[in-house]
Amino acid sequence: MTGSPELLAAPTPLAQPIHPVLMKGNEAMAEAAIQAGCDAYFGYPITPQAEILEWMARRMPELGRTFVQAESELGAINMALGAASTGARVLVSSSGPGISLMAEAMSYMAGSELPMVLINVMRGGPGLGSIGPAQSDYFQATKGHGHGDYRVPVLAPASIAEAMALVADAFELAERYRTPVMILADGVIGQMMEPVDPTYRTPPRRSADWALTGADDRPPRAVRSLQLQPEALEAHGRRLQAKFATIAECEVRWAGEQLEDAEIVIVAYGTSARVARTAIERAREDGLRVGLFRPITLWPFPSAALSAVAADRRAILVVEMSSGQMLEDVRLAIDGGFPIFFHGRTGGMVPTPGDVVEAARQAWAATGPDDEPDPLSLIELGERSSVVTR
Amino acid sequence: MQHATIFGGFGGQGLLFAGHLLAQAAVLEGRDVSWMPSYGPEMRGGTASCTVIVADHPIGSPIVDAADSVVALNPPSLAKFEPILVPGGLLVLNASLIEAQPQRTDRDVLALPCTALARISGDDRMVSVVALGGLVGRTGIVGADAVRRALSDLIGVKRPDLIAADLAALEHGLEQAGVLQRV
Repeated sequence: MTGSPELLAAPTPLAQPIHPVLMKGNEAMAEAAIQAGCDAYFGYPITPQAEILEWMARRMPELGRTFVQAESELGAINMALGAASTGARVLVSSSGPGISLMAEAMSYMAGSELPMVLINVMRGGPGLGSIGPAQSDYFQATKGHGHGDYRVPVLAPASIAEAMALVADAFELAERYRTPVMILADGVIGQMMEPVDPTYRTPPRRSADWALTGADDRPPRAVRSLQLQPEALEAHGRRLQAKFATIAECEVRWAGEQLEDAEIVIVAYGTSARVARTAIERAREDGLRVGLFRPITLWPFPSAALSAVAADRRAILVVEMSSGQMLEDVRLAIDGGFPIFFHGRTGGMVPTPGDVVEAARQAWAATGPDDEPDPLSLIELGERSSVVTR
Repeated sequence: MQHATIFGGFGGQGLLFAGHLLAQAAVLEGRDVSWMPSYGPEMRGGTASCTVIVADHPIGSPIVDAADSVVALNPPSLAKFEPILVPGGLLVLNASLIEAQPQRTDRDVLALPCTALARISGDDRMVSVVALGGLVGRTGIVGADAVRRALSDLIGVKRPDLIAADLAALEHGLEQAGVLQRV
């Protein structure tokens, strides 16, 4: 089941079947960007995304394209801003601490309506935190980064194959809407290897009639976020908001698994969704009907779809590698009509399938009549998971 | 069928490589597989690990709370991963470095002198390939021939000079898996 409107072109069919190859998530995303036609990459090393930079350092010069390891994340993203101003297809990648440094330029690029793809391979925070996998930058990605009144689309892959496809989609979205687009991955997606079909997609180029290419035979253009006249800035802001409304209407994506008969719906994205998938198999073996609602766009969040899916269920269980960030969007989507439970691990810890089964069991037990038999009562429970009833 | 193996040892013992070999062998057999390393400082000399899941269906969680097999190349990894071995699971131990006896009795143990066998194979660095031979020989997660082809895929071009020693190390592990008694 999928809620994605098929707006993006399908991959080109291949004449011959291609054998799967084993690729690391970071390297697969980097190669997908190259195959998508990335003209320039700017970065600065940080774990757990360093292999993106390393891959680009080797591959981009081979292809005669631009690779710069900048002096800092600030340098990298401002170089990207400059390159994007010329109409180039630009990629930047980092992890939480680096993304925070890039926040200012994200705001400038959103204000200047510059396309760019930014990959965040999340690690534990706040501050330097740890290098372990985390999903603690959800707020930053979906509500924050820089100052001002803007949004950027955020795409969350749950497998390496999906990460590759989303990189190409991200370039297309960035150029269609003239906006930065963020890929929100985590240390597991970045560091693991999975077999993937090495098929790639190159989004068609759009005419960039705003790009700074030299005004020899045409009127001059300007790319800027500065609008000192309040009337002008308000009008600019309204235009941006209209664009964000279009994105929110047309670009929502999510996927569902085993939802048809599910009493408990787990809402999880990225690596947490993978863990949930295994937990759902185990729970169902024991008679507990659990399904998965997996947002693929975190902004725009699939609120209407989740609200529709949640109707008539027994409970929602949100699973994240954070203290409860996407949880807030789930609560907004459900709007108080429903019991919502949460299970989260932080600091580089990943929830285990056993933890999630236990959380689902507790959600089930807490929402039924008192004398209802518990389908999982025979399971031997280990250390109790950190379930918080909301 | 799904089989999760955790490889643990010192950085430099080649356990990420052994896991990669197993994963590549699974790909060659058309299986689904995930390879997840402990990453970061472990790569620079401390204790490292990787988890390889081989399955006949799409893999959910690449992180496990129970391992079907544990390959422990040093004492700390035995202490760390023995508790999450499933009952009846396989422990492959590098007997050259691990003197301690496993704590549990509800498991199969394959105690291989990996370091010594690597030396006989012609290269001290092949410790983890010996262990992989033992793992594959005992469990049949993937076929031995797929591992030989995977070796050729992964190092045949980059380091053809190492192929002979790697293959010898693999054969030593496979052979010992058949010879050593279950304890």
